[in-house]
Amino acid sequence: MFSSFMINSWIVASIVAVVAGVTGLFVVIRGSTFAAHSLPLGTFPGAAAAALIGIDELWGLIAFSALGVIGISQLSRHQRNDVATALTLVTLLGLGTLFLSLTSEYSQAVYSLLFGEVLGVSSSEIAPVAGLGVAVIGLTLLLFRPLLLTAVSADLGEVRGVRSAGIELIFLAMLGLATAMALPVVGALLVFSLMVGPASAARFLTDRPVRAMGLSAGIALATVWAALALSYATNWPVGFFVGSLAALSYGLGRCWASLRKKM
Amino acid sequence: MGDPIGMVFAPGFFASAPVQTAMVIGGGAAIVSAIIGVFTIIRGQSFAGHALADVSSAGGAASFLLGVSPMLGFLGMAVLAAGAMELLGIRRAQERDLVTGIVLGAGLGLTALLLYFDVTTRSTTGATISVMFGSMFGIPSSLIPPAVLVGGGVIAVVIAIYRPLLLSSLDSTLAEVQGINVRLIGLLHLLMLSLAVTLAAMTIGAILSTALLIGPAAAALRVTSRPGAAIGLAALIGLGSVAGGVLLAYDSYDWTPGHGWPVSFFIVSIISAVYLLAALPGRRARRGAVISGNPETV
Repeated sequence: MFSSFMINSWIVASIVAVVAGVTGLFVVIRGSTFAAHSLPLGTFPGAAAAALIGIDELWGLIAFSALGVIGISQLSRHQRNDVATALTLVTLLGLGTLFLSLTSEYSQAVYSLLFGEVLGVSSSEIAPVAGLGVAVIGLTLLLFRPLLLTAVSADLGEVRGVRSAGIELIFLAMLGLATAMALPVVGALLVFSLMVGPASAARFLTDRPVRAMGLSAGIALATVWAALALSYATNWPVGFFVGSLAALSYGLGRCWASLRKKM
Repeated sequence: MGDPIGMVFAPGFFASAPVQTAMVIGGGAAIVSAIIGVFTIIRGQSFAGHALADVSSAGGAASFLLGVSPMLGFLGMAVLAAGAMELLGIRRAQERDLVTGIVLGAGLGLTALLLYFDVTTRSTTGATISVMFGSMFGIPSSLIPPAVLVGGGVIAVVIAIYRPLLLSSLDSTLAEVQGINVRLIGLLHLLMLSLAVTLAAMTIGAILSTALLIGPAAAALRVTSRPGAAIGLAALIGLGSVAGGVLLAYDSYDWTPGHGWPVSFFIVSIISAVYLLAALPGRRARRGAVISGNPETV
């Protein structure tokens, strides 16, 4: 389980978990769940596009997540936010079906891009993931107060001189970056579980933002480690364990909160 | 090739059985999705619509495994997910997106597992693609009767509860004052939403069905703010996009050597283009702002 070819997977998955846990808290507080789901899903055709024109996968992913961020922020200027997100998502996915059908060996690749392929991480993949991870977390800490302020009240933010539209754009860009790095590892559909499950559980446990952020990262780490170990033991896909453990942590957090209220 | 009809409709288009099935089921799915989509946008439940479709893919994967009709699989899972969302409290606006997300995440995990079983035990390597992206020309014609039944049922319910549904979608407080059971209407809407996305998921695939649900309705609501007109227009746009997409995909066998381009790609592209066309003139005039404009008012 800790043999040399697994070590890379443990390292990369841990980085992804911490980043997802930290950004996930803001996803939950700001209510951007749909965007957090759509960006990864809309980004995954980028891998197919990159394969098609023969560039590195990561660049394709970053390009597509940028398209997603631009699409969502442009369309939501004159459209409800959720509708803008949905339209951006399906447009990118539509392109994705085309790229996927043009590349030859696509069926297995689609599965691993959607649901993750943690067990085949090469050591050359660690450096870019670590770099992007540090960038995203650094940005989060730098913008901690404005991110929180505009999430709680856009008006309050404006009063304090924080442009909520600008912060929203930066936040989406952060999500996009986190997505592009996490996607090859945990898969498009489960980056999202990892962002939402642990963070929402942490919110049930504490009201203090900094503590919640730490808790959220911790739960995400535990989720990923347990999922990896279970996946290794059973040979079942890691995505299944990430999805169900994330939902479980939300359920436990909710039970805890209602128990505490009764006492 | 001086024949203009032959240029547009590649030979054999109208005689092909897969094309006919795709047109009937796809067209029906588009109409039903577009009608429900208008209410879904007004109610601000686009995410729920998308999530239900995604989760229904677990049912599609299960049906491969069990060897039952995909319709049964998609439908069962979508209704189950709708029930879970309702139970966990989709009614409270703040919690809504979060609960939707949790159900979605758990459902997708299940899809991952079931597809894995599909691939390893049944050696159906194409399962991932056909469940997630649809295989419109591969729909068996035996699915037409149940699909028509489901679609007709949804439209019948919409007609029956049109007034209360519209009122409670636009202003739930006002609807409550008028004695409408807002919760029941909300539950019915969620149920019809899951049926509509099931139909769409079977045709253009689980993760693309949102295009049929949201695209035509969003475009229609940019053009008109009258709900009745928007519903009619959305249905027309949806139907037109599916027909155009099927036609282009069929024709694309002639342009590209070997294999055609996917139907889902053409349908989604047409829908996106129509939306952009509809949105352009509305930029300054902001028609449709009453309904589709400000999130806080809904």
